[in-house]
Amino acid sequence: MNDELVVAIEVNGETVRRLVPASRTLLEFLRVDLGLTGSKHGCDVGDCGACTVLVDGVARLSCITLAVEVRGPVRTIEGVPADDPIVAAFDRHLASQCGYCTPGFVMNLIGVREDGGAPDEEALRNALGSNLCRCTGYTRILDAAKDALGQG
Amino acid sequence: MRARIVLNVNGEEREVLAPSHWTLLEVLRYELGLTGTKQGCDKGDCGACTVIVDGEPVLACCTLAATSEGKKIRTVEGLADADGPSLVQRAFDVCGALQCGFCQPGMICSATALLEKNPKPSRDEIKVALSGNLCRCTGYTKIFEAVEKAADGSIGRHSPAVFGEAPEGFNVLGARGRKLDSIRKATGESRYADDLVLPRMLHGRILRSPHAHARIKGIDASKALALPGVFAVITGRDLPVTFGIIPWTPDEHALALEKVRYIGDGVAAVAAIDEDTADRALRSIEVDYEVLPAVFEPEDAMAPGAPLVHDTDWKGRPRTDNLCKDVELAFGDVDAAFAAAAATVEGKWTYSGSTHAAIEPHCALASWSPDGQLTLWSATQVSHYLHRELAKVLDVPQAKIRVIQPVVGGGFGGKSEPFDLEFCAALLAKRTGRPVKILYTRDEVFYAHRGRHPMKFDFRIAADKDGTITGVENDIAIDGGAFHSFGLVTTYYAGQLLCGPIRFGSYRYKSKRVYTNKPCCGPKRGHGSVQPRFPLETGIDEIAHKLGIDPIEIRRRNAIKNGETTINGMLIGSCGVLACLDAVEKASGWKERYANLPPNVGLGVATSMYISGTAYPIYPNDMPQSGVIIRADRSGKLTVTCGTNDIGQGCDGMLAYVVSEETGVLVDDIVVISGDTDLCPVDLGAYSSRITLMAGLAAQEAGRAMRDRVVAAVASKWGVSGDRVVVLPGEYVDAEDDARRMPVIDALILAESAAGTPLVSAGGFRTRKLGGDYRGGTIGASPAYSASAHVAEVHVDPETGVVKVLRMWAAHDCGKAINPVMVEGQIEGGVYMGVSEALMEDMGYRTPSPSEKQKPEVMGLHVGPNLLDYRIMTSKDVPEIASFIVEEPDPVGPYGAKEAGEGPLHAAIPAVANAIWRATGVRMREMPFTPERVLAGIANLGGGV
Repeated sequence: MNDELVVAIEVNGETVRRLVPASRTLLEFLRVDLGLTGSKHGCDVGDCGACTVLVDGVARLSCITLAVEVRGPVRTIEGVPADDPIVAAFDRHLASQCGYCTPGFVMNLIGVREDGGAPDEEALRNALGSNLCRCTGYTRILDAAKDALGQG
Repeated sequence: MRARIVLNVNGEEREVLAPSHWTLLEVLRYELGLTGTKQGCDKGDCGACTVIVDGEPVLACCTLAATSEGKKIRTVEGLADADGPSLVQRAFDVCGALQCGFCQPGMICSATALLEKNPKPSRDEIKVALSGNLCRCTGYTKIFEAVEKAADGSIGRHSPAVFGEAPEGFNVLGARGRKLDSIRKATGESRYADDLVLPRMLHGRILRSPHAHARIKGIDASKALALPGVFAVITGRDLPVTFGIIPWTPDEHALALEKVRYIGDGVAAVAAIDEDTADRALRSIEVDYEVLPAVFEPEDAMAPGAPLVHDTDWKGRPRTDNLCKDVELAFGDVDAAFAAAAATVEGKWTYSGSTHAAIEPHCALASWSPDGQLTLWSATQVSHYLHRELAKVLDVPQAKIRVIQPVVGGGFGGKSEPFDLEFCAALLAKRTGRPVKILYTRDEVFYAHRGRHPMKFDFRIAADKDGTITGVENDIAIDGGAFHSFGLVTTYYAGQLLCGPIRFGSYRYKSKRVYTNKPCCGPKRGHGSVQPRFPLETGIDEIAHKLGIDPIEIRRRNAIKNGETTINGMLIGSCGVLACLDAVEKASGWKERYANLPPNVGLGVATSMYISGTAYPIYPNDMPQSGVIIRADRSGKLTVTCGTNDIGQGCDGMLAYVVSEETGVLVDDIVVISGDTDLCPVDLGAYSSRITLMAGLAAQEAGRAMRDRVVAAVASKWGVSGDRVVVLPGEYVDAEDDARRMPVIDALILAESAAGTPLVSAGGFRTRKLGGDYRGGTIGASPAYSASAHVAEVHVDPETGVVKVLRMWAAHDCGKAINPVMVEGQIEGGVYMGVSEALMEDMGYRTPSPSEKQKPEVMGLHVGPNLLDYRIMTSKDVPEIASFIVEEPDPVGPYGAKEAGEGPLHAAIPAVANAIWRATGVRMREMPFTPERVLAGIANLGGGV
């Protein structure tokens, strides 16, 4: 049991301390230790983006981030209010079908928003390049993103 | 401060980071998710948290986790192996030793530890070993049997749902079987409300009034809100809508608005990151009270100028007194009966208040979805009524609320109304946007109460020389506590339900329920009718003695017959009280023994009757009181949905038995979903002992509709008429060709194919017009009435006054026993609870007394709101209980079935009182029958006997 470490992370405004194996990823920490299952597990190797969360305001793939290396507050989809303009835009534009990739897209876009400015379509496409969606064909996701953040 | 703790649990090394002050129970439940071990009292009184540590049973709630390092800990989850549940777990399962199942993980751990050290224990050794584990359902009898069977190897580790033979003419009804969910309970798999955990869940706590009566001048929660980890505080102003279980008398608020009315009244609620933080927040809320004079006894409350518990009624009209409800009814010429009587008895009787003390404390968990849908899990026995009241108080459409009743750890009437924690959890969850759970402490359970009303009786009975009861007069003062609750019904029940199984020639009663500044009374098993049985059945005994008639014989002479209407207009379709009396007379050896008892030993008899549900729902409507929907799938399985609340009494199993009987699908292949307002058709819930009759009839109708569709399809396939197709367990058979058979799965598929629509059926039940033709005449009217007769054998120590109930013989007419194991369990549990009330249970409060000086600030304080000071019988106190099932089929009930849940309690109390008289010559007229009271009675005899 020597490889168990105490990890203290601020998640959605609340500092949590848990004893976890040193190999615990941030995604496992969120899902297994905290029960925050909104962040999804799609590939476990950083390919799909379903696990995207914000660490210190920057979008990060939680499945390839070790819990012990996290510095700064973490935000997950559970910390995003239902009336957040990005969430509302996804709803309005029917940008979710199965919904499995949606939390990652939303967190990614919140990261874009917190970066400031009003990105154009190409910037949005670039930003969302790390998130795979297999249902929507991306059109409505881009519509929602433009609606919530873009210049239109 | 969190500490690393390494525990060896169920053979696995588990390392956790937990607050260093946490108990083993907290670490097992909250850190390791081993929720099979239960929290019942949190102070070592109840034993529900018992685990095995290095071979010894240990109370996990009184053991620090840190001190358990290096020891081998076994919990209920660790007793099973790859071959399934352990022998002890299976023995509890097949013996019917689990009802609600909440105490059994601890009980099973204690039993396992016993058998490992002592493989062949005597019954006394079993009683001692289990005496630290309180069970409130079973009466312990089947628990003792289970431990003995596990020890003698007479059962195996595997068992089908139904293991007995059904009587002639039935597929399954009447066969002995397991409780549908008991093996899940025995292995710790069942999830009760407090076992549910949601991500981001906050913990709520409720601030309670330290004053019995005070005006709230102000509440300052700013310091609480400033604490880290505190998310919201609400007060009465946030939930201003009044409610009450009876729609005509909504006199409650979720949290006190202007006044607090008893010590324990809720004032504010907080949601915080954990319970410790929530407790800190409660302590920092400042409430400015103006303390008011309080009243504690009905007579004081009704005195002119008494302080008013409620200044206005729920419509804002000023009140002038504390009268909550009064009823006055007369049937026949009572005065003439007394004038002509050959013998009369009259006097004052006092029935003390008692509470349910279910081992599971109340618990509710609320969660809102982003689209405004509230889901509330609650340990309730009335999910439908809770659904309605939530909508009203929260001002949310009912369609946006889902109430789910998880497995409930006992109710006995104590969870049959909405409670503050349900409203508070819901609103706190809405305010915080996070799930919120509130679990009562054991103290809070006592103050939430809604238990048996204290009643005082001026009671008179008149009889002619043959012992015929010609007149009864009953003047009842009922102490209601702070709110109305079911009070309207209680006030009637105390008079109305007394008119059977003993026939009255005439009857007059006055019944008054009065508000006092104490926790609110309500329905406890045998609502309103247990108390007046005490004066009636002890009074009849006195009459018998005066006239020189045997106590059993006098009851026979007055027994109501099948199809008779009582003096107050209740139609008793069936009444098996004579067969009940025969059974207990024979089993107790009454005829040989009653006249020749050894010194200080007494036998006593009593009878009773109870309703199988009330004729009308709490809110008048024409919809069914119970609905059942059955759905087949292509696996041969049936899913039965019904909004009933299985609180341990086993109604899920009753539904499965009935549907199995009708359709031929084996009980093992029937799934019952109940207590979920989204998934189930409405049933009104677990109160007034209504489910077997009402949901049973709905299930029978739905089962028959399903069977008719399947039979039609099979008949068509075989080219025969439908009446040739016979339903047997697991198959359909041609009545004229025994070789032509079809497995039930094939028959279901055939029926679904024939119709081209899903194979679904529905059934419902509602009562026809019942009751007497007078105001209040429908209250107490029921489609069917059970009957009971008990004989008690007691020993009274004349030096100490200690009463030991040695044996109870209890016969109960349930019409038809759907599953006899469950019916016996209800009888044994009812007898246990009755004897426990008779001997020791007492809801005592500190009240002004002329003989002692008390501080005004503790007036109305419960004398011991815990399971140590509030005494209930343990495995060592419980008498030997012999239960006898009497089946006098009822014309209305399903297959003749009537209630068995509440009726078997009533007669226990007067039977014990009558036995005490036979042993000592003392007529007990005040409860409980404590050594002090018995000794005082013996002293008063003055050597006269």
